[in-house]
Order: sequence, then structure tokens, then C-alpha cells
Amino acid sequence: MKLNEEVIRVGQLASGWEEAVKQCGQLLIENGNVEARYVHAMVDNVHTLGAYIVIAPGVALPHARPEDGVLQQGISVSVLQEPVSFFSDKEAIVFIGLAAQDKVMHLHLLKAVAEVIGDSEKLAHLKKARTVREVQQLFDKESG
Amino acid sequence: MKILAVCGMGFGSSMMLKMTVELVLKELNQVADVETADFSTAASLPADLIVTNAEFAKQLDDGSKPVIAIDNIADSQEVKEKLIGFIG
Repeated sequence: MKLNEEVIRVGQLASGWEEAVKQCGQLLIENGNVEARYVHAMVDNVHTLGAYIVIAPGVALPHARPEDGVLQQGISVSVLQEPVSFFSDKEAIVFIGLAAQDKVMHLHLLKAVAEVIGDSEKLAHLKKARTVREVQQLFDKESG
Repeated sequence: MKILAVCGMGFGSSMMLKMTVELVLKELNQVADVETADFSTAASLPADLIVTNAEFAKQLDDGSKPVIAIDNIADSQEVKEKLIGFIG
């Protein structure tokens, strides 16, 4: 999957998970994927349901429901400078913001994400990524 | 056999977990129904097996059916190792 550079940030600092979620949500807002209220819903979901958005060691997938303000489906990727912790023992350094329009249409997005985080070498590389280009290359299957 | 993949809202990480479980079933040459559910309705749905994350696993494990906790929901190797005792 080709990701444009506007939806990728590397090396940002975040004071905690909430700021990290807002940062990757902000990328979705700026790219026209979601309304501002969607990002509030992303944060609220973690408060309500817990740190389940940590889908792999070090990787969080913040998202909310389509009706919370999705305009166009897509993902954003933020690789922080340092990991931030969630309530208990969980932490994440990679935040992948997901904007899904319905249950079926976003499957290719999830598949593209799964191909990176399900591959231990790619995942290790993603966590250490220091340039936008590195992140783009990891998600772009063609370039491996 | 019916496997329930559970996450907070039933369409984000549970969908990804469903894809991984289906991949593993295919590799193992096994057939099962894999459905997604959100955490609040999962306990009331019929299933032979629940796959989810560690937090939800603790809360869903009431002894009525096996519950498997997955650390990396996209890692087919981990999912395979944990599923293998329950299928086939």
C-alpha cells in the first residue's frame, strides 16, 4: 500500500498515550480522513475499553466507529521517539490511526497493516524508523 | 466449529485477528467459522473458542469455553501455536 508522506510522522515526542493518539488522529484530520470529533472518540474508546488498541508488542491501533466522523477511509502512522505507556504494563512506540468507513471496505487497510506488524523483521524496523521514507517503504509491498 | 475474534468495537483489531486465524486455519487445512464480535456482546454469543487480547481474555474467561489470549494479532506463528491444541 502506498502511503503519502502527509500521513506519516517519525520522531515526535508524546507525554503519554493520549497525546500520541491525538497526534496520529491529527494526521487523519489534516489528510481529510476524519472530522475533529473522530479523534475525541478515539481517545474516549481507550478510556472506556482499555489498552486493547495495543494490537502487538509496541504497536497501537487507535480507531473509533465510522459514524464518529469518518470522511474517507485511510490510515496514519506515527513512530514516536520514545514509547509511551498505557494504564498498566502496556506500551507503544508505533501508533497507527485507522479511519474505517464500514466493516468490509477497510479490510485491505488492515491487511496492509497486518503484513508489516505480523512480520517480526518489518515490525522491528518500523519501531526504529527514523525517516518517513523508511515507513513508506515498509508499507509498500512492492519495494519489500 | 465456531471461533469468535473479539475486540473493543468488533471491527478493528478483531477483524485483523479474524484474518490471521483464517490464514492459520488454511495452513493447517482446517475449516471453522470465524466471526468477529465486540467485547460487550461476545459473552452472550455462541462459540466453541474465543480469541482476543490479554485484557479481554481475562474478563471473558468464565470457564464456559476456552479463551485464548494473543499478544500480536497479526503474527500467524503465535496464533498457530496457540490454536493448534484446540482445532483438528
